[in-house]
Amino acid sequence: MSIPAELKYTKDHEWVRLEGDVATVGITAFAQGELGDIVYVEVETLDETLEKDEVFGTVEAVKTVSDLFLPLSGEIIAFNEALEDAPETVNSDPYGDGWMVKVKISTPSEIEELLDAAAYGELIGA
Amino acid sequence: MKNTALTHIHEALGAKMVPFAGYNMPVSYEGVNAEHETVRTGVGVFDVSHMGEFLVSGEDAINLLQWVCSNDISKINIGGAQYNCLPNDTGGIVDDLIVYRLKEDQYMLVVNASNIDKDWAWINAQQTLKGFKAELRNISEGHSLLAIQGPKAIEAMQSLTDVDLASIKFYSFEVAPFAGLDYVIISATGYTGSGGFEIYCKNEEAEQLWKKVLEAGADFDIKPIGLAARDTLRLEMGYCLYGNDIDDTTSPLEAGLGWVTKFTKDFVYSDHLKYQKETGLLQKLVGFELNERGIPRQGYDIVDDEGNRIGRVTSGTMGPSVDKGIGLGYVDIAYAKTDSNINIQIRKKVIPATVVKTPFYKK
Repeated sequence: MSIPAELKYTKDHEWVRLEGDVATVGITAFAQGELGDIVYVEVETLDETLEKDEVFGTVEAVKTVSDLFLPLSGEIIAFNEALEDAPETVNSDPYGDGWMVKVKISTPSEIEELLDAAAYGELIGA
Repeated sequence: MKNTALTHIHEALGAKMVPFAGYNMPVSYEGVNAEHETVRTGVGVFDVSHMGEFLVSGEDAINLLQWVCSNDISKINIGGAQYNCLPNDTGGIVDDLIVYRLKEDQYMLVVNASNIDKDWAWINAQQTLKGFKAELRNISEGHSLLAIQGPKAIEAMQSLTDVDLASIKFYSFEVAPFAGLDYVIISATGYTGSGGFEIYCKNEEAEQLWKKVLEAGADFDIKPIGLAARDTLRLEMGYCLYGNDIDDTTSPLEAGLGWVTKFTKDFVYSDHLKYQKETGLLQKLVGFELNERGIPRQGYDIVDDEGNRIGRVTSGTMGPSVDKGIGLGYVDIAYAKTDSNINIQIRKKVIPATVVKTPFYKK
């Protein structure tokens, strides 16, 4: 199970890539595997400012719907629109082209609350 | 939790296993969309041994079955099968099932796994109530069922038997040697809309059957298929699933099972159902397609253009072969006609949808 060391993670199985004050967010390889074939990623919070743990979208697999929780407070400044036509990219490349949103971080202190790769690996029993 | 005779094989193949109706069942192998596609264009094999089988024998077998079933059992020839419904005595449905006529006085009922105990108790209670003397045997535990489905099923399986598979008519069966086993039931039935067979055998024969089926199908790229694809395949055909679209509270007529409800005979609750038919239905199970992007799910509200609730979704999915959100649901009778405009409440959004004739998927 792939858990890139340079990323941060949440207990909701999202990953966070930090670049300056911008965080790119997606779901982990473990999460996409559990969900199965992803058929729809819906994000309608673009340009909105949300608190940490608020729902910023939903990911739908054939059999299930899961809410997506924002790992860090901030403004949603980008949505990966390529997922509208190719949601299966989340299955095939969860840490790369399957990214979901970019967030302009408003509360940098929250970063400390994220899990590192080792802690996330422990969470999923990897 | 119970295992089928093949659970260890599914696990060895790396299937994702889930508890379903008390059984440890494979939900997917390589992924639901790929498995769905395999059945639509090639051939796939399902282990559906969780399904229940009852034998009903003796002179009173037909009398008991005419009483508990809504369809006309007298129309089934030996070697024939019939889709059927067990109405309950409060206006709902105990189960839906297939009735096979094995011999002059012997029938096999194939029932949903989740309802085996309930159905068994119900049929026995009705037999006592009416004083019938049919012999009833629950053979569910000892029997396995493989469904071999897809447009290439006949060609892929022909090497396993001398029976001309192409000559078995839809909803009929042969009892014949197959895959080196002396006698199995080869039934031209299924739950996918893509053609093929269902094969009933004893548990101790299941592993040999599975292996031979995969060997014979290898040249046709046969693949094992899980329950998730079974659900998307059946939903694209608009087939009801017990527990979703029909249950103890849904009327057989409102569920669209009027075609298997025959008022030419008396059966459980038939007077009331006849009255319901004559006075008109209040709601109806319909198929619908979303006009915009989205996926309907079981339990979502169906609303009118003003947002008033007019029904509920009972099954929904993204249809892999039709590439849109499709579903079944009960709507007020005023919205049940084909082409009616309805809306599905999906979380905070209202997505317009259209009532359509099923099947959603047409070959």
